[in-house]
Amino acid sequence: MSDFFSLLVEEFPRVRSGLWVTLQATVLGALLAGVLAFALGLMAGSRLLLARGVSRVVVEFFRGTSLYIQLFWLYYAMPLVTGYELTPVICGVVAFGLNFGAYGAEVVRGAINSVPRGQYEAAIALNLSPARRLWKVILPQAWVQMIPSFTNLLIQLLKATPLLWLISAADLMTVVQQLRDRTGETLTAYLTLLAAYFVLAYALTMLMNLLERSAKRRLGLDTGAKSLFKSRSAATTAVGGTR
Amino acid sequence: MNGFDWNAVGESLPLLLEGFRVTLLATVLGTLVAAVLGLVVAMAGRAPSRLVTVPVRLVTEFVRSTPLLVQLVGASALFNTVEPLYTGIAVLGIHYAAYTSEVYRAGIDSVPKGQWEACRALSLSPRRTWQAVILPQAVRNVLPALGNYAISMFKETPFLAVITVQEMVFEARKYGADHFAYTEVFTLAGLIFLVASYPTSLLMRKLEKRLGH
Repeated sequence: MSDFFSLLVEEFPRVRSGLWVTLQATVLGALLAGVLAFALGLMAGSRLLLARGVSRVVVEFFRGTSLYIQLFWLYYAMPLVTGYELTPVICGVVAFGLNFGAYGAEVVRGAINSVPRGQYEAAIALNLSPARRLWKVILPQAWVQMIPSFTNLLIQLLKATPLLWLISAADLMTVVQQLRDRTGETLTAYLTLLAAYFVLAYALTMLMNLLERSAKRRLGLDTGAKSLFKSRSAATTAVGGTR
Repeated sequence: MNGFDWNAVGESLPLLLEGFRVTLLATVLGTLVAAVLGLVVAMAGRAPSRLVTVPVRLVTEFVRSTPLLVQLVGASALFNTVEPLYTGIAVLGIHYAAYTSEVYRAGIDSVPKGQWEACRALSLSPRRTWQAVILPQAVRNVLPALGNYAISMFKETPFLAVITVQEMVFEARKYGADHFAYTEVFTLAGLIFLVASYPTSLLMRKLEKRLGH
């Protein structure tokens, strides 16, 4: 039991760099996913058939083909096709970004649709330009709706990062597994690893709760400090599928 | 290697389809485990004692927030004498039960309070209350969401390849490595996933609309 933890302390620099790789992939992947989600989600509400069509096809493609395959395709197949090789972490960031961006696009689309029709009409009546209408009226309200679903997606993205181990990036999972191999303490190693991911997930959830609170405040909806500690399951009240 | 090798496509297709049977089997059995276990967890979460509900809540939260891949690899290292397919189905089922329990919870909550009161007024036993009144109403609301989780599980079965279950991606990787034809096999495997999951998603969406979600 103590062997594993003493080795963990001894090898702390490697553990830290593994953690760094995991966090990097999570944060960069989430940023790419966020950008794509807004681009594709706004395109889905466009009046142009072409924009709607492109968005639909891209979303269905990346939702339909399994993240695992996308990642492997990028890592193994793309270099053969294009002659251009990505580092494992970048592969991960691109695959996570595309896959979760596609799921996020549905969230953006749904949230924008859920803003009451009267708000659009009022903004038109006030003669706001389409850009200001979106930026000042629609998005602030839709954004509050999006955050709980985005939190779910972010946690799912974090949970997908151990895939990096399979494409030989030295992420947290890789490092802890190496420690396990050296000590032979399977149970301790995996429980430690699971606990680490749990702590990361909870920390990310609280950050997102903070974001949600500030977004709600901007709409004049105040929430107590207690809402900052609520876990994800409290947020998933909708019966519909989350992904 | 340049260009797309159609020979490799033709040659690997039967292998991939053979693996696809295992993929489907794991999805169906995993969904069954998740559907049953999730209901049990949701009902345990409504137990009168906090000694039951708090641990149930913590465990589901933990299972939901930690990566499936780590759970799979850890379980298969711990239970290395068990057939990998069984370990895989059990872990998939338990992981998704943590999600479906939440869905059941919402479904059970959506049954009007008056229904519970009516059962009490008719002095039905708890078993009859659940069986005859609550569950038939709750489960109907929950079906589309369960279907969506089944689709997600289907797309996560490739994880099973890591613990050497010979499902589709396992076969794809093997063929790819033997013939250096990763492009062909992974493209093909992706397309098979798309062809299988897209119509199912459409069907689920229709079902959801019909049930008024």
